[in-house]
Amino acid sequence: MKLRNLTLALATTVALALPLASQAKDTGYLFVSSENDNAVTVLDGNTLAVVKVIPTGQRPRDMKLTADREQILVIASNDERVDVIDIATLEVVRSIDVGDDPEMFDFSRDGKLIYVSNEDDAEVSVVDIENNEIVATIEVGEEPEGILVSRDGSRLYVTSEVANMVHVIDTATNEILANVVVGNRPRRFADTPDGSEVWVTNELGASVTIIDGNSYQIKDTIAFAPQGFRSEEVTPVGITMTGDGKTAYVTLGRANHFAVVDVASRAVRDYVLVGSRAWGVTLSRDESRLIVVNGLSDDISIVDTSNNRVLRSVPVGRVPHTAVIDD
Amino acid sequence: MQLKTLLGIAIVLFALSAVQSAGAETTIRFGYIGLDRDARYDDKKLFFRTLSRPLGQPIAGAEVAMRESRFVGQALGVSFELMRAMTRDPQALPAQVEKLYAEGVRFFLIDAPAAQVAEVAAATRGRDLVMFNVSAGDDALRQEQCQPHLFHTVPNHAMQADALAQYLVSRKWRNVLVLQGPSDEDKLIGAAFEASARRFGLKIVNTRPFVLSNDPRQRDQGNIALLTTGGDYDVVFVADGDGEFARSVPYATVRPRPVVGSEGLSALAWHWAWERHGAPQLSGRFEKHAERRMASVDWAAWIAVKAVVEAVVRTENASFDQLVDYLAGEDIILDGFKGNRLSFRAWDRQLRQPLLIATHNAVIERAPIQGFLHQTNNMDTLGFDQRDSRCEM
Repeated sequence: MKLRNLTLALATTVALALPLASQAKDTGYLFVSSENDNAVTVLDGNTLAVVKVIPTGQRPRDMKLTADREQILVIASNDERVDVIDIATLEVVRSIDVGDDPEMFDFSRDGKLIYVSNEDDAEVSVVDIENNEIVATIEVGEEPEGILVSRDGSRLYVTSEVANMVHVIDTATNEILANVVVGNRPRRFADTPDGSEVWVTNELGASVTIIDGNSYQIKDTIAFAPQGFRSEEVTPVGITMTGDGKTAYVTLGRANHFAVVDVASRAVRDYVLVGSRAWGVTLSRDESRLIVVNGLSDDISIVDTSNNRVLRSVPVGRVPHTAVIDD
Repeated sequence: MQLKTLLGIAIVLFALSAVQSAGAETTIRFGYIGLDRDARYDDKKLFFRTLSRPLGQPIAGAEVAMRESRFVGQALGVSFELMRAMTRDPQALPAQVEKLYAEGVRFFLIDAPAAQVAEVAAATRGRDLVMFNVSAGDDALRQEQCQPHLFHTVPNHAMQADALAQYLVSRKWRNVLVLQGPSDEDKLIGAAFEASARRFGLKIVNTRPFVLSNDPRQRDQGNIALLTTGGDYDVVFVADGDGEFARSVPYATVRPRPVVGSEGLSALAWHWAWERHGAPQLSGRFEKHAERRMASVDWAAWIAVKAVVEAVVRTENASFDQLVDYLAGEDIILDGFKGNRLSFRAWDRQLRQPLLIATHNAVIERAPIQGFLHQTNNMDTLGFDQRDSRCEM
C-alpha cells in the first residue's frame, strides 16, 4: 500500500516535472505577496494583467526565488511556515515549518538552508529546506527582521528593530561575532558585490547605516530628506543594489518616495514619488525596471531605471509586501 | 566548605574590580518606587477594566524594557539593573529614593499619585538624579509643579482632552454634554476638557454634576436618563477618573449619542488592540511576561527605561550630565511603537507622543488627527505647547 502510493507519487512528480521544467524558466511573471489576502498575486510581465492569485498560508510576506529559479519561497507569518510555490504550475507544492512569527529570510550559499527571523521569539531559525527541519535557533535582540547572508556565505547579518542593532553571526558556528549599534529601528539590508559594505535602513532614523563588511565598524550614514517632508515622515525600509554595486535604491515608507543613491559618493541622486508607504523594492534581472511595493495604497509602481520615471502603477492585493520577478 | 565560599567571594570581588577598572559606570541602575497599597490598582477597580484605567501595576512594562535591553548592554559592556522599593507609607517615598540613591541608582521611575510625585520631585530638586513620572496625568505636574529632573512619559489630562477634542471636531460632533464627577481628579479631567473645547471650537451645551449613588433624594444626579435628558447634543463627555460611574453611561443615555472621555472612547497612551508599527510584538512580549494585557501606564514605564537605554547607547555611556542632556535634547529618537519618533518637550519634560483614540477592543484613530498642524511638530498640538507652558525650570 505504502509502496504503491510512493510509486504513484514519484510517477506523478516525474510526469509533472519533466515537461514543465522547461516552461518554468523565465516566465516573465511578477509575483507579489499580499499580507491581508493570504495570497500571492501573479502578473504577466508585459501586460501586467493578473494571471493568477495563488492562495498561500496566512499573512504572506518575504519571498525569494530559489537558485534554480523554478520555485519561490514565501513566508506565511501567521501560519509559521514557508510555502513553496512551483513556478510551472503556479501552486503551493509544499510547506516548511519555520518557527514563531517569521518575517524575512535568506538562503545559505549552497541553497540548502534558510535563515528565518522569528519576530516574536527574538530568534533566528536555521531551517533545512529538504528535510523540513529546524536545525538550529540563534537568540538575537527583540524583533529581528532584516536578514542577509554574506556573499561568501560565512556571515549572517540580522537586524533587531528594538535593540537598534545589527548582529553579525558566524554561519559555521551560529555564534554572534559582533553587535553593531546602528540607527533607530533598523529594518533591511543590501550589500556591495564584494561584500565590503553592508547597508541597513533605519526606519525611525530616516537614514541608512553603512557597516564595514570586514571590521563591522560603521563607515558612514546617509540621511534622507526629500523636499516637503519633515524628518519624522521619512521612514526608510526597503533597499536593493544594482549588480555592479554602483547604485542603491531605498524606499522611504511614509514619505511615499524612493531614493536613488550613488554608492561610491553616498550622494542621493534623486527622490522619486511612488505610492503610499513604499516598502518592498526589487530590480528586474536586466535592471531596466524597478518594482516598488506600496503597502497602504495596495499597488506597485513600475519604474524605468534609465530615467527614474514611474511607468505605471498596478493594483495588486491588500497590503502588498514583496515583489519577485521571474524574468 | 567555608574555604570554598571564601574563595567564591574572592573571585567575585576580583571580577568586580576588574570590570570596574575597565570602564566608567558599568551598571546602570533603575529604581522603581511606588506605594504598596495604591488605590489606583485596587483589585476591585482593576476588575472593572475601565477603559481609561490601568490593568495592573506598571512595573511590568519596565521589566519588559529591561529584557529588551540586554543585547545593547552587552555591545556596550554595560549591564542594566532594576531595583524596586515599595512602601505603604506615602510619607516614606523620599526615604526610598535616598535608599536607592545610596545603592547607586540615578534613574527613578515613580509610580505614585500626583501629590506624592510633586513632593518627591521637589525634595530631590538639584540632585544628580532623574525621575520619570509613569502614572500621574495631572496637568499641574507639567506646569507650576514642574521640575527640571522630573520627566513625564504618561500623557497628561490636557493631551488626552486635546486628542479627543480633535477627534470630535474631525467627526463634526461639536455639541457636547459634559457629565462631571465630584472627585478632585474628575474636576481636573473636566477642566482639561473645557480648555480643549475652547481651543478646538467645541460647544459644551451643558455640564451636569453626577454622583455615584442610588439615594432617591439625589436621583437627578445619579440617574443617567435624568442626567442626559433635555436639550440636544452630539456626544456625551464623562469626566470620571475612578470609572465606576462612567462604565454604566454608554447605551444608557436618553438620546442615542456616543459616550467619550473616561468610557466609550478614550485617548490613551497605549491599547492592546493597536496593530501598527510593531505594536502586536510589544503587546505580545508584555502579555507573555505579565500574563495580562498592556495599558497606558505600562507603556509609560516601558518607554521610560527605553529612553535611558537609548541615551546610554547614543552617548556611549557618557557622564551623567551628558546623558541627561541627550535625554532631554531634540536629537534623541525614541521608538514608542506608535509610528512617530518621540522626544521630550524642552519646556516641561513631557514626552511628546501620539495618543490612541480607542474603544474597549479597537483603536479608532491616532491623534494628532490628520489636518491638525503645528509649525514644528504636529504632536505638539496635544497638551501644553511652549506658549501654553507655565513651567519655570
